[in-house]
Amino acid sequence: MSNTNSLLTIKDLHASVEEKQIIKGLDLDIKPGEVHAIMGPNGAGKSTLGYVLSGRDSYSVDSGSVTLDGEDLLEMETEDRARAGLFLAFQYPVEIPGVSNLEFLKASVDAQRQARGEEAITSADFLKEAKAACKQVNLPVAFLKRGVNEGFSGGEKKRNELMQMLLLKPKLCILDETDSGLDIDALQIVAEGVNSQRSADRSFIVVTHYQRLLDYIKPDFVHVLSDGKIVKSGDASLALELEAQGYSWLQKEPVEDELEG
Amino acid sequence: MTEQIDKALAREYEAGFVSDVESETFEPGLDENVIRRISEMKGEPEWMLEWRLSAFREWLEMEEPEWALVDYPKIDFQSISYYSAPKSMKDKPKSLDEVDPELLRTYEKLGIPLIEQQMLAGIAVDAVFDSVSVVTTFREKLEEAGVIFCPISEALHKYPDLVKKYIGSVVPKKDNYYAALNCAVFTDGSFVYIPKGTRCPMELSTYFRINEQNTGQFERTLIIADEGSHVSYLEGCTAPQRDENQLHAAVVELVAMDNAEIKYSTVQNWYPGDENGKGGIYNFVTKRGICHTNAKISWTQVETGSSVTWKYPSCILKGDNSVGEFYSVALTRGRQQADTGTKMIHIGKNTKSTIISKGISAGRSNNSYRGLVRMNPGAEGARNFTQCDSLLIGDQCGAHTFPYVESRNPSAIIEHEATTSKVSDEQMFLCRQRGLDPEKAVSMIVNGFCKEVFKELPMEFAVEAGKLLEISLEGSVG
Ligand SMILES: Nc1ncnc2c1ncn2[C@@H]1O[C@H](COP(=O)(O)OP(=O)(O)OP(=O)(O)O)[C@@H](O)[C@H]1O
Ligand SMILES: [Mg+2]
Repeated sequence: MSNTNSLLTIKDLHASVEEKQIIKGLDLDIKPGEVHAIMGPNGAGKSTLGYVLSGRDSYSVDSGSVTLDGEDLLEMETEDRARAGLFLAFQYPVEIPGVSNLEFLKASVDAQRQARGEEAITSADFLKEAKAACKQVNLPVAFLKRGVNEGFSGGEKKRNELMQMLLLKPKLCILDETDSGLDIDALQIVAEGVNSQRSADRSFIVVTHYQRLLDYIKPDFVHVLSDGKIVKSGDASLALELEAQGYSWLQKEPVEDELEG
Repeated sequence: MTEQIDKALAREYEAGFVSDVESETFEPGLDENVIRRISEMKGEPEWMLEWRLSAFREWLEMEEPEWALVDYPKIDFQSISYYSAPKSMKDKPKSLDEVDPELLRTYEKLGIPLIEQQMLAGIAVDAVFDSVSVVTTFREKLEEAGVIFCPISEALHKYPDLVKKYIGSVVPKKDNYYAALNCAVFTDGSFVYIPKGTRCPMELSTYFRINEQNTGQFERTLIIADEGSHVSYLEGCTAPQRDENQLHAAVVELVAMDNAEIKYSTVQNWYPGDENGKGGIYNFVTKRGICHTNAKISWTQVETGSSVTWKYPSCILKGDNSVGEFYSVALTRGRQQADTGTKMIHIGKNTKSTIISKGISAGRSNNSYRGLVRMNPGAEGARNFTQCDSLLIGDQCGAHTFPYVESRNPSAIIEHEATTSKVSDEQMFLCRQRGLDPEKAVSMIVNGFCKEVFKELPMEFAVEAGKLLEISLEGSVG
């Protein structure tokens, strides 16, 4: 097979949380520069996939393999995956009271630079970059001084996630419903932010419920994730089809064995 | 997470080394004779000896307090040595060149160079090693401003009237068991006097170091800020890593005259004992200040060391419009136990107090806040605001809050807020997903939690305190 130049390759992945199997045999191959949209009903396992790929503690892989740039991703610690260029924009960003956004971001950037054997960025340089990133996502510069997500509105949190992405310059960006809860202007800002970062060596997984986002961010592929598996893949037109018809035509018969375990 | 917390307990205590200094140490034991000998070594005036002896007689009648939420074996006061001093200090060195280089090296290793050129500009240090003060820096510069900063043993010779007038005036001899013991056997500590209307030109700081085995450290600090004066004072402390517990029972008295302000900051890092609770310092300390009219006393403490801490820096707000503040970070891990807080006694009209307490518990430690706010009948229009926050790391530790409120004036306003939170999995995951290792993540989250207190510390020490927390938390999560 031709995985040699893939950025991310997921093969027959099975994963569970709290003993409950959520990802049930998932395959996905992403080449550098590609944008893959993942859609699918609530509870399908979209966020879980993001957590499993980034190595969240309570999520365990039962079988299958994942490589990032040819390296075994599943063997790596959470922070090493981040340092290898994997970024997750959270569906529900968490607050860290008292830790300023600026401090948090600089520490993150420095941790990643250090892992690459680079010097820490000077505070002056970083401040310049951070201010520019604020501007790009249309957050007032004062947000750099505030505690991470502390008291941010839903939409502000999402834009803050995007700002982090702009500063960390990852290779693989997983955006988990970064468009949910955004007003129309913010949606456009986020889309522009993503588009500005599209390049031949950066790939995206965009999880969304709304085809509207995909009008702005043109995906190379659209996948439907349902009950822990990708049940359908296609090009951008698949999103339109889903918008019109919903998911029911793709789903299997109601799963009877669920309750029995 | 728990497994990694346990691993963390094996962390190194950086200040745990022993200095090879030849010492003159009393054989263990405590009786009137020992007290006479201490007084004689120090060449004290007769009244001081009498004062010590009367405190000792009171102490013999007193009982060790048991109300604190701490658990430790009964202390055998006869097995402790009450005096230890480096031999080289016997004929008092007149300048730094005459001080034993090994002593200077000890402080240097602890990050406190005593050579003035190497020091942080703007901070004068009194270095106390076991029972004696080794050196006090920048004295001339302070003298120019009329500020007295010297070992209390020296103050007894040079300024006996000042000492006599104020010692025991804030913490009475029989205030409590450990305070009474301190009165009987205290060996050294710092004395500060800031004259009227003077702003002390530099930060004053005392660095306490226990070195000798089986000794107790009983230091005594007395700070007098005369009318309209201002001083900022910092104390730090460390001890070698030893298997036996050692007792530290200090007394600190602050006097803030009319319109004066005293800012007293502590970064306490005594040896906390090993992962099984073996060894470590028992830190039983009495700290209290009195505020006259319009005066202000502010206590800021960062407590990370000691196996058992029992400590309640307090303010007696005697004068009208006086202000008391208490900002505290207490971090316990391993088997450490801390029972700490404050007392704010409002006597004067329109007196104000603020209490911000941040307790962080990790490992199998126990961390209690215990605070008293008392509004006396005359405390018309007095106000208190208390905020107690606890942060738990892991699920084997404990956090407790014991607020006591006594209000005898209906016009007084008392507000109390308390929260308990955990370093959450989500927060840890967010940090690690951005590339931070778990240690850095925890220390960052904890530092954020402590921010309100750290911003009260003098700048240089806020950075130190942050680093200390980082070291203390090394490996404490996964
Ligand atoms: N910690 C957990 N314990 C038990 N079940 C969990 C846990 N985390 C997730 N699940 C379950 O896993 C399933 C997939 O959740 P996930 O959050 O991945 O869905 P999603 O596709 O992102 O849904 P949405 O579109 O609503 O965001 C859900 O049924 C959810 O209840
Ligand atoms: Mg989701």
